Order: sequence, then C-alpha cells, then structure tokens
Amino acid sequence: MPPTAHTDVSTPDAPAAPVPDAAARRVIPLRHPGRWIATIVVLVLLAQVAHGLVTNQFYQWGRFAHYFFDPAVLDGLVITIYVTAASAVLALAGGTVLALARLSRSPVLQAVSWTYIWLFRSVPLIVVLLFLYNFSALYQTLSIGIPFGPAFITFGVTALATDTVIAILGLTLHESAYAAEIVRAGILSVDQGQHEAAAALGIPRYLQFRRIVLPQALRSVIPNYVNLLIGLVKSTSLVFYVSLLDLFGTVQSLGSTYPGDIVPLLLVATVWYVILTSVVSIVQYYVERRFARGALRTLPPTPLQRLRRGFTQLRARVAVPR
Amino acid sequence: MTTDQDVRPAAVEVHGAVKSFGAHTVLDGIDLTVAAGKVTVIIGPSGSGKSTLLRAINHLEKLDQGYVSVNGEPIGVRRLGDRFKELPERAILAQRRHIGFVFQNFNLFPHLTAVQNVAEAPVTTGAATRSEALEQARALLAGVGLADKEDAYPRQLSGGQQQRVAIARAIAQRPGVILFDEPTSALDPELVGEVLSAIKDLASTGTTLIIVTHEIAFAREVADEVVFLDGGRIVEQGPPSQVLDQPRHARTREFLSKVL
Repeated sequence: MPPTAHTDVSTPDAPAAPVPDAAARRVIPLRHPGRWIATIVVLVLLAQVAHGLVTNQFYQWGRFAHYFFDPAVLDGLVITIYVTAASAVLALAGGTVLALARLSRSPVLQAVSWTYIWLFRSVPLIVVLLFLYNFSALYQTLSIGIPFGPAFITFGVTALATDTVIAILGLTLHESAYAAEIVRAGILSVDQGQHEAAAALGIPRYLQFRRIVLPQALRSVIPNYVNLLIGLVKSTSLVFYVSLLDLFGTVQSLGSTYPGDIVPLLLVATVWYVILTSVVSIVQYYVERRFARGALRTLPPTPLQRLRRGFTQLRARVAVPR
Repeated sequence: MTTDQDVRPAAVEVHGAVKSFGAHTVLDGIDLTVAAGKVTVIIGPSGSGKSTLLRAINHLEKLDQGYVSVNGEPIGVRRLGDRFKELPERAILAQRRHIGFVFQNFNLFPHLTAVQNVAEAPVTTGAATRSEALEQARALLAGVGLADKEDAYPRQLSGGQQQRVAIARAIAQRPGVILFDEPTSALDPELVGEVLSAIKDLASTGTTLIIVTHEIAFAREVADEVVFLDGGRIVEQGPPSQVLDQPRHARTREFLSKVL
C-alpha cells in the first residue's frame, strides 16, 4: 500500500467507499466494558467476605492459630495423608486389574469384575467400613491352605485388622470399583488402530499394553483419577467411625472436649483439606504435562515459566524507558 | 551387517480364503500365489474384499475357511490331521514379525517420537538392544528422507511424512513381505508422490510387496502382477500391461473406466 494515498477517514458520510488508509492500520480490538463492571462487582463482594472473616469474632482466629499446628491435629493429618496415599495406590492397582479383567476375553473374568464393580458401587463406603470393623465378629480366624481342606497358616482376625488396616482396606475396596471404570474408560479411549499396529508388529501382548496402550490411556485416566483422589482425601474423614483419629476425627474429638472451639477447629480442618487438595492439583498439572507429550504440537508454558517470562519482559520494559 | 540378517523375500500363498461378516460374504474363495520378490497390486471397488484379504495375510483377520502361508508356513494356524487349528497368540505374534504392515491411517504411536516408533518393535520383541535399534531406526528414517525428523512426534509431521515413518517402522524387523493397505488414501494429493517413491525404493530392494491401492498409474509402474478383485472373488489377474491395458473382463473394464 503506497504511503502517498491519504484520504480523510473521519468523514462519516462515505460509508461504502473503500478507505485505503484504514487497511494499513492495526485493527482496534473490541472493548469489553461489561468485564470492567463485573470485575468491580466481584472485588467488592470479595472485600465484604474478607472483612466479615476478619472482623467477625465468631471465627476466633486466635484459637485457629492455636490449633493449626497442634500436635494432635498434625498426627491426624499424618494419618489422613497416609491412609489416602495407601488407598489411592492400592485402588489404582486394583482398579487396573479389574479393568483388564472386564476387558479380557474370558467370560469368567468379565463377570467377576462386573459383579465386583456393581457390588461396591452399590454399597455406601460407611457401610463397607462398619462391616469390616465388625468382621472379626463374623470370622475369628483367617487361614491359608487348601480350600475346604487343611490350613497351613492361621491368623487371628483381631490381630491382623488394626484400625488403620480396616480403614485402608475399606477405602481400597470401595475406590477400586470406581478406579476400574476410570481405567477402563481410558483404555477404551485408545484408538483401535493402535492395538492393531502393535499386534501387526508382533509386540508381545503385555508390552502392547504397557508400552503402547497404557501411556495413551493415562492421558484420560489422570484427570478422572485425580478427581477420585480428591474425593478420597475427604472420604477418609469417614474412618473416624472405625475409631481411627484422622484429621477430621481429631478435630471432632477436640471439638467435643472444647465445645466453644468447634468453629476454629472446623476451620483448621477446612484449611488443611484445602492445602491437601491444592497439592494434589499441582502435582496433577505436571503429571498431565508429562503424558501430553506427542498429543499437542507444542506444550503450553507452565505457570512458573509464564511468571518468569512476564517478569523478564517487565524488567526489560523498565530498563529501557521509551 | 551379516548376510543372514539380510532380507529374504518371502512367497505368499492364499488357499481357498473364505470370510463372512454376518450374512455378508467378504471373501468368497480366493486362491492367490505371490512369488518371492515380486510386487503385487490388488485393485477393486470398495467392499470387494481387498483390505480383508490383506489383513488375513498377517492374521489381523481370521479366515472362516482356507489359510494363508508365507514361505510355506501357515499363518495363525497349524495343521492338525485333516483340519487347521488356531495357534496361540504368542506364536501368531512371532509370525507377524516377518510380515510388515502399513496402514491407511498410519497408526503411528502418538506418544513416541519418529525414531522411537521405528525402534519400538525390535526392542520389545528382543530382536535388538535399545541402542542398536535406535541406530538402525535413524538409518531407516534417513532412507525414507526423514533424517531431520527423527525426534519429531507424529502429530508434528505431515501425512506423507507420517506414512514414511510407518514404512520405516514396518521394515525395521526386516520382514520378507510387506503389506500396504491403501497407503496413500488418507493423504493430500501433493503428498502421495513422496510415499509412492518410498514404496518404489522398497520394490527395488527385492522385498515381496503386496499393495492395495487406487493409484492405477503407480500400479502400472511398479507392479509385476495386478489382481482385480470384485465381490470377494478374483476376477482377473496378470501383468499390468494385460489387466490394466487390455482387460478381458467387462467388470474390469467398467472399474478401470471409472478410476482412470
């Protein structure tokens, strides 16, 4: 476009006439006045909430600070983390086995897996936990041996089934059923052509699964499994009913000893649960990036990388004033 | 490289192949002999059973009757008296390592780079160590003109480049026969040439090739034998100069008049 062409762009009454100059300039972006109004409304509401949290005596922030690092609360936190982590790992393993059984060509395995998932998705977790808690009343001993024949090793159930074992077992049994469906969905999401290509190359069957199908399935398994995991972090609060003092259980029992402190105690539990799920979410972000390799042409920058880049740009702008 | 590692072209024989999907008969008694080191092109209208026949050769598709043999060895089955019995999966997988397969939709492993795609099978089947396989994979990628793309993921490659990676992957295990299932049908027209020239290079190495394609000009150029399939039967078979230029059957003439 020649720079000599110069017409009056401000003339409003020549609507259809092409304006050569306008084409050479940057397009003015659309403004969003509604966004500014919405921002102000949200900020005002947030300020109100923050003000209420700070000034309302009911929350007793002093007591909150007193309990936040209380040794009993921290012990409960450790139990919550331990029980969650153990059941999460076991449930993923169990769920994978169940999913593979469900997708196998054996009708017996399919039926067993289907029945397990059906049963444990039907029974509330609290019922499973209480059932296990009373298990020692149903069966006093467990033995390993020939079915209906002689036993080689015999355990007393009460000695085996500590509160922690019952909690982890109950959560694992329950979560495995859900994990199975998540893993199965992930496996089904892998294109049939991938199975065929691996089979056509003659790759051994278990390696077809481990090296070709699983890495691709994990991409859709991870977000769903983390969803389950975050639910699990909070489901652990039910282990209080099998007399295991996790984070919630500790807060609950402290609350019944000091009824006046129940609100700050619940806040302590809330903040710790928020911290736990936040950590899980951050880990999820990086694990997802790891398994997105090849799925996206270029990986988007992490928040840290974006922050660093923004900071560098800012510094460059400050250093070189226009 | 030692001599016994070199490719030994395989002869392929199809004996009385019958295959139905429900009430629909896809292969209706096919007998076909492909001599070792020859290039055979299978043409025919869609639904004529071309792909099913090709997939039956490496047992991706099980035949209802008949069998396929490669170098005289039945694929996917063994003789048990006067009948054939299915082989266990492990044995079929071992047989497939000598039969390369190139898919219409490439089916590259998206989570692996080009060089990892090519090296995957030799490593997992124990044919080579990881470093040997990677070294060989780089050489194979260079052979199809992709030396600069070895660390690219499939999604970062064009369709033609992906199909060339797939060809390199199919030959990584030095198969005696390579099967191509419409290798250029999913490609943009200007990318077809690069894939066809990679196949042509393979043909000159003396490997047995069986190619299902709609590229009649390509068939005329590389094929030793052209097979025209219709309704699950072989209608006509012979050198390209005969089948493509002087077809004897009306059905072949009709088909060729549509695709040429």
